[in-house]
Amino acid sequence: MLRAAGDWTTASIGDAERAIANVVRQARGVKQLNIAGLGQLDTNGAMLLLETAELAGEGQAVALTGVRDEHRRLLEVIAAASVRHTDAPDDGNPVLRVLAEVGETALKLAREGVELLSFSGAATMAIVGLALRPWRIRWRGLVTQLQATGLNALPIVGLLNFLIGVVLAYQSANQLSKFGAELLTVDSVGVGVLRELGVLITAIIVAGRSGSAFTAQIGSMRVNQEIDAMQTIGLDPIEVLCAPRIMALMITLPLLVFFADVMAILGGAVASMFALDITLTQFAKQLQAAVSINHFWVGIVKAPVMAVMIATIGCFHGLKVSSNAASVGQRTTQSVVQSVFFVIAVDAIFSIFFLIIDV
Amino acid sequence: MTSDIPASTHPLAIHVRGLRTQFGSHVVHDDLELAVRRGEVLGIVGGSGTGKSVLLRTIIGLNRPAAGEIEVLGHLTGTGGAAAAKAIRRRWGVLFQDGALFSSLTVAENVEAPLREHSNLSPRLRREVAELKVALVGLPPDANDKYPAELSGGMRKRAGIARALALDPDILFLDEPTAGLDPIGASNFDLLIADLQKSLGLTVVMITHDLDSLYAICDRVAVLIDKKTRIDTIPELMKINHPWIQEYFGGPRGRAAIASAERAGAAV
Repeated sequence: MLRAAGDWTTASIGDAERAIANVVRQARGVKQLNIAGLGQLDTNGAMLLLETAELAGEGQAVALTGVRDEHRRLLEVIAAASVRHTDAPDDGNPVLRVLAEVGETALKLAREGVELLSFSGAATMAIVGLALRPWRIRWRGLVTQLQATGLNALPIVGLLNFLIGVVLAYQSANQLSKFGAELLTVDSVGVGVLRELGVLITAIIVAGRSGSAFTAQIGSMRVNQEIDAMQTIGLDPIEVLCAPRIMALMITLPLLVFFADVMAILGGAVASMFALDITLTQFAKQLQAAVSINHFWVGIVKAPVMAVMIATIGCFHGLKVSSNAASVGQRTTQSVVQSVFFVIAVDAIFSIFFLIIDV
Repeated sequence: MTSDIPASTHPLAIHVRGLRTQFGSHVVHDDLELAVRRGEVLGIVGGSGTGKSVLLRTIIGLNRPAAGEIEVLGHLTGTGGAAAAKAIRRRWGVLFQDGALFSSLTVAENVEAPLREHSNLSPRLRREVAELKVALVGLPPDANDKYPAELSGGMRKRAGIARALALDPDILFLDEPTAGLDPIGASNFDLLIADLQKSLGLTVVMITHDLDSLYAICDRVAVLIDKKTRIDTIPELMKINHPWIQEYFGGPRGRAAIASAERAGAAV
């Protein structure tokens, strides 16, 4: 006969689990489990007690003896609820599973790609429609977005691009001084910033700042059924929510890039002053002489294209949010990752294009 | 009125015929029929996952049916293009769960949103109409300029009704109007719906789990079982020998609701 005593509660059974297993191993084949000395018992303690009885019995029924009234009801409930422990369902061949997952992911990506394309079409139609009927533009939404995506982004865009200018100037100066061509630092900073870095860094900041905000804003409206309510009233969510955001970003991103160019070159100039003793006047003269305005246009022309990509992807994922809060987070992550990918991809395509047309 | 739809004398407000909805291979409704009479309050009940919300979303056009026809006020929905869809949309108002108010707009602006879209009222008149609707649903005047986040759950639902009533619809759809309200708030809300229904002559279709609401204000009840509806008054429904119906109306909560409805009836 086995005897159980003391408290069998969630707090105590953790420590006792191994000791109990040892006792049971030595006491196989008992016919009775006496629990007259039991103190407190809760559901988890009762479960362990019944398991212990079962293990000790080795397939034979073990009678619980000395059951006090206060424990009887609980033990009956737990015995009735006890489920057979089941192994996790068999996942099949792991190699096949990986292949199946790859296939499913590829199909999902392709489907989403098609949906994104059709959404881009619908958004373009909405914006063209608004251009023809400007009195339907949601001016308040547009102005709010202009402020949120443009004005409020100035400090971070300015600071980061200033620092990029500083880094670029120091690195260039370091390398170029080996050839005694320190003054070419100005060319390096000017061309690098205007053609590539200003627009790229700004677009990536905006993708992280505003693209994610678009997804989260529209997504939480989706969760709150605001989008449904809108459609019921007869408002088109693309026209009301997406069009002002896309238009706002098309306006603000080029402006931000211009500001970024100025700040980055300023950073380069300040760094050159300290590292190379090039005065601001010399820097400006050299910049004017060596860097043609074309470089500026090559950079800024990419901004509206990137703006459309970021805003479209952000709004698309917002509308794709399903009716739970976790989906808002997943879609926001997807939105930022895809926007940054497309920003860099578009930049690469532009680079090749400009190389071919020799600008 | 500029509505394309004449105020017909069609006896049925909503007539759904042979409706089939499915998501992928999962069939929610199959050959479902639903007839809602003018001026009645119809409750829709059913177990979880029987497609109550899907049915409502399908009727109001948020979900495309796989087969079947939906006739609202004598007009087939989904036919006649965008203009017809817009015309029919202004004949109904919808209260979603938790109100679904536009969170960036104040309560008054929320009520004004449908007016803005479907009428050419001057801004001053629009605001007055909005204030009237807000007063009609029993909200204090200072609620007008509050944002949804500043309101309690019950007040958000009332504001949602105010928005649904903005265009003086013929039909009001309610998705679980009393869910999440305390018993006092819930029964006040029932009274509000009954009042509005009587005074404005509305046809009301409401999804509900609240047995007290069913007894208090519903003329008939549609039970969703086996992908179809059984629609009748509660006493008639209780004669149907179906385990779910028997358990729903005959269970302890069902009996308690009957008892309290009878007490309320005796008190009047």
